[in-house]
Amino acid sequence: MNTSQGYNFAYLDEQTKRMIRRAILKAVAIPGYQVPFGSREMPLPYGWGTGGIQVTAGIIGPDDILKVIDQGADDTTNAVSIRRFFARTAGIRTTSRTEEATIIQTRHRIPETPLSAGQTIVYQVPTPEPLRWLEPRETETRKMHALADYGIMHVKLYEDIARFGRISTTYDYPVLVDDRYLMRPSPIPKFDNPKMHRNPALQLFGAGREKRIYAVPPWTSVRSLDFEDHPFEVQKWSQACALCGSTESFLDEVVTDDKGGRMFVCSDTDYCQRRRDAKEAAE
Amino acid sequence: MPQTNSSEGLLPGLSDPVLDQQSVFRAVLYAVSHPGSIVALPVRLTPPAPLDPSTAAVALTLADYETPLWLDAAAQSSRVSGYFRFHCGCPLTARPEEAAFAVVADASAMPPLGLFHTGSDEYPDRSTTLIIQLPSLDNGEAWTLRGPGIEKSTVFAPAGLPGDFRTWIADNRVLFPRGVDLIFTCGASLAALPRSTRLED
Repeated sequence: MNTSQGYNFAYLDEQTKRMIRRAILKAVAIPGYQVPFGSREMPLPYGWGTGGIQVTAGIIGPDDILKVIDQGADDTTNAVSIRRFFARTAGIRTTSRTEEATIIQTRHRIPETPLSAGQTIVYQVPTPEPLRWLEPRETETRKMHALADYGIMHVKLYEDIARFGRISTTYDYPVLVDDRYLMRPSPIPKFDNPKMHRNPALQLFGAGREKRIYAVPPWTSVRSLDFEDHPFEVQKWSQACALCGSTESFLDEVVTDDKGGRMFVCSDTDYCQRRRDAKEAAE
Repeated sequence: MPQTNSSEGLLPGLSDPVLDQQSVFRAVLYAVSHPGSIVALPVRLTPPAPLDPSTAAVALTLADYETPLWLDAAAQSSRVSGYFRFHCGCPLTARPEEAAFAVVADASAMPPLGLFHTGSDEYPDRSTTLIIQLPSLDNGEAWTLRGPGIEKSTVFAPAGLPGDFRTWIADNRVLFPRGVDLIFTCGASLAALPRSTRLED
């Protein structure tokens, strides 16, 4: 193990890790409930994944293999620096291959490659409270969760339909976990919501600025809110990925010049690259 | 507390506190996220009698000065309390409803789950986690479990629990999201029954 001198394993001190670990266990025991925790100052600003990093630091061990993605990409600044942070402070191995990783820390995507039992996915969460934009008072939202009174969220979705003819929320789409707690899935596209339902991997969520940890245990029901006459739907594209030809993945629109040129490519870089490699090998 | 010389007869805790606590925590996390699965303790430990290695390891991994610990009558020796005071630095409490963690060394004589802290509707996480030491995790009455963390259903057969324990668990489940979480230990293995798990008749 080759770790930075002068830091504890995985950066955080042991008492902080114990506090985070206790919060994680409660979060798993009460699926979807946001457990308050004593979020620490991290060596990067809020909004860059401090919650996810603290959760990862609480669980990671020398045998783990870490993958970090930012909007599906392994090679963006945030993903590279978080991977490097753990390689330096915990001396762990890192990877970009989804199925090779034991822990996947993510910002705003769930990998296209299905997760398997035994893996843990850690989401970076900016705003954990699904009712926050509807009710700013924490005392009130807490009471709503206690009573499972989620009427205002249904009213909000209904107002969308009344105004636009459809539910206009396309990311951070509210879900009900194990038919009890309303939960924000973090700003993943609603395209990824169905992947959370009965996923064999353990899903942990960390919000650093808002000081909350929550979880979805494996094989847990995660239902996106909808109405009988307006069922939940995910995004669809008329194109395939311009690089790998996938018609099943989440596509990003990339502007290629200033004359209106654009292309659609997979947001999951590992998935896209591996499909291209396989195609090349077959030729 | 009785006067004891703390260094005399004090047994060592985890040999590498940082990495051992991490691996024990991961074992507990796996157990809690897969209720009813029996997980092997990844470390070696020689705790004071009557504690089993996994009972002591779970407490050493999770308890510290923030978490009042409750010990049942069987675990209430000066060696055991001295062990936890020294290695965890945790306060000991005689009131189960104040405890963040409770260690039950003799499950057959344990108080009902309802006596422990079940949290509030607004803060269900402020509840007691019980570490219950059993003679066996797999040759008792077979329970069928369902719920989060379980693909379809699973069978768990802990032995040595009081006769009313099934009713206590059903009562605990009714309180959801309030309730206590249970970690069962035996020798060098452990299993968990978080409050979200449902028991089938």
